Amino acid sequence: MARLTFLGNVHKYSGKELSMDKPTTVLLPKDDLVFPLSQHIGAPAKPLVSKGDPVLVGQKIGEADGLISSNIISSVSGTVKAIDKRLTATGRMVESIIVTDDNEYTKIDGMGQDRDYTKMSDDEIREAVKEAGIVGLGGAGFPTHVKLTPKDPSKIDYVIVNGAECEPYLTSDYRIMIEEPDKIIHGLKILLRLFKNAKGIIAIEDNKPKAIEKIRELIAGESNIEIRVLKSWFPQGGERQLVYATTRRRLNSKKLPADVGCIVNNVSTVAAIYMAVAKSTPFTHRIITISGDAIVEPQNFYVPLGMNFSEILEAAGGLKTQPKKIVFGGPMMGQAMYTYDVPVTKTTSTLLGFIKDEAAVEESPCIRCGRCHTYCTLNLMPNQLHMAGRHNEDEKFLKLDGMECCGCGCCAYICPANISLTQTIVQTKQRIQINKNIDHELYELHKESVVNE
Amino acid sequence: MSDLFNVSAAPHIRTPIKTKTIMQDVIIALLPASLFGIFNFGLRALLVILATVLSCCITEYVYCRLMKKPVNPWDYSDIVTGLLLALNLPVGIPIWMAVVGGVFAILIVKMLYGGLGQNFMNPALAARVFLLISFPSRMSTFALDKITSPGLRDYLRDGALVLDGVSGATPLGQLKAGQTVDLFKMFVGNIGGTIGETSALALLIGAAFLMYRKVISLRIPLTYILSFAVFALIFGGQGFDVNYLFGQILGGGLILGAFFMATDYVTSPATPKGQIIYGVFLGILTGIFRIIGSGVEGVSYAIIIGNLIVPLLDSVTRPRAFGKERVKNGR
Repeated sequence: MARLTFLGNVHKYSGKELSMDKPTTVLLPKDDLVFPLSQHIGAPAKPLVSKGDPVLVGQKIGEADGLISSNIISSVSGTVKAIDKRLTATGRMVESIIVTDDNEYTKIDGMGQDRDYTKMSDDEIREAVKEAGIVGLGGAGFPTHVKLTPKDPSKIDYVIVNGAECEPYLTSDYRIMIEEPDKIIHGLKILLRLFKNAKGIIAIEDNKPKAIEKIRELIAGESNIEIRVLKSWFPQGGERQLVYATTRRRLNSKKLPADVGCIVNNVSTVAAIYMAVAKSTPFTHRIITISGDAIVEPQNFYVPLGMNFSEILEAAGGLKTQPKKIVFGGPMMGQAMYTYDVPVTKTTSTLLGFIKDEAAVEESPCIRCGRCHTYCTLNLMPNQLHMAGRHNEDEKFLKLDGMECCGCGCCAYICPANISLTQTIVQTKQRIQINKNIDHELYELHKESVVNE
Repeated sequence: MSDLFNVSAAPHIRTPIKTKTIMQDVIIALLPASLFGIFNFGLRALLVILATVLSCCITEYVYCRLMKKPVNPWDYSDIVTGLLLALNLPVGIPIWMAVVGGVFAILIVKMLYGGLGQNFMNPALAARVFLLISFPSRMSTFALDKITSPGLRDYLRDGALVLDGVSGATPLGQLKAGQTVDLFKMFVGNIGGTIGETSALALLIGAAFLMYRKVISLRIPLTYILSFAVFALIFGGQGFDVNYLFGQILGGGLILGAFFMATDYVTSPATPKGQIIYGVFLGILTGIFRIIGSGVEGVSYAIIIGNLIVPLLDSVTRPRAFGKERVKNGR
């Protein structure tokens, strides 16, 4: 079968070999743990504890506030030290619950109990996912229980499990596919119970042959689950790109995968769903990749949420030399930070340390080579959008479909003149999102620019 | 504060292929044709190449200095312009004329419109056309063989003095006059013409290198040559005459123009659809100039006129954004 893919692409140094074959090591926290109340898209959670309260492993310490929000679960037992603003990997100060670890890891009652998911109702499954505080672990952090509740579940044709992990250097999804593939398969089976008419698809890039082999073995005999091998290039794991590559259905920026009959979840999310539903275990731990050329021993760790990144970095042997750049997430879409003194949250999968800052280069004039357009997976004209953005020509920006940009970073990566295309486009998008609420004309234009039939 | 790391918006990595790398590739791709030109026409060809390249580089440097602009950090684009211009000049051109061409290309066509990436015409071709209009007879006296000279002074000042006896009609002229041409000689390049246009073989080697390095795609050159061939087939009045058709394709500056000048990033469309329309447009224009018009050459004119419709092509051929449905009525 031909390998599946989508429009443009970027083929680059993957950096995955640094940490790919390093088995995951379990790390225990030493210091206080920090649980930001906002680790997801949507409203921040409401704290359920106050200073001095005792907490247990798996205890809900923050409650989802509103429709799109997520619970916050403690990953250790101990006492609440404070509720205060703390710096997170997003660069923002976020209201957080700080817990002092008693190093006893006492679990709450019922945690870890086996449950037979085949006897659970759909609503019970959704409730279990919601209670466990699961969000999209691929990086976006969209609350998973909301995703699992589309208008009409019977209209979902495909449940896609995203194991592409297309960002360079990232290996946490790979490790979970290698080490605990059965969790993913069972998680997918749970999802398929929710969507009776759907077929399960596990999508993996072809640079992970071992993972493909493992999953293939496990799904042998499953009539309703199949594996799709994808070409290894970026951004194969982007939601719109992945849906197109696996089902040939097209999504624009205003549509959700559910609108074209698809539900997309990351492999780690699916494994977390299995743990929550079948093992009564809320989402409290995740795999973190520490990598990059500035790290002494790039590797993968299994750590509790809330643990400080400096502790994990220490466990990886620390830094070779003072890096120029620290990135949380992948180098294409991740967040650069001025410090690594931040807690692990649900969506931070990676810490990268780079000796050289490749992005710190001077711009030269655009030579209209058209590479940005060729490599744009969404068929946009990044150079024109960039000029419109720089000149504050919002109207032109909207006419050129600038709001469709997914911010994957391919155009800025490929630009031979080092022009900050993605950066300008994303910034202009944000500006228009804000301005359209106060500028009626812009609002109308914006509405027009995203017409669906 | 040295403990803090750099902060910038994603992406945090960049491709190693820079503007300079692309220009380098173009220069390497032009080397076979340049070397063949020197081999074919003698060292004077090298002299012309040096004259245009140096005049281009110096003009850009002096302009940037005078205008207090940052001097372009050697992105090689001026070398490419100079080299392309030289390949488009007859070997017998007086050196001062070549220098005037180089200055015109960089100063008038490129820098005055805002420098790299802003010119709306290909600088080398615009300069060639400028020279063609200003000095028509000198620009269309083509050597058929190596140029030798009785004295160094004549050699430098006025190559044309020694052209007598070795200059003559180019294959395209012969075709126009209804004669047949030697296709093999035309393919290898043992014919009259400008320094770089004679050898289709050398040009195609360079073009293959550019395609291997993914600097250019086949879209423009192929549609250009094909549509020109179809035009020649229909309007050439020779029917399907292999000698005539291939003579037209191999002759003149078509191969050089199609692979190296029509594909110039700055002055060609960025969208795939636009590139195809552009190629067809160039093919038809070249056909009109060469076959219906009274001249024998037409590639340079076709390309610089084609350059003018590029902004239009870019805006009308903009593809629909991924996943965006066609709106039934309106817009």
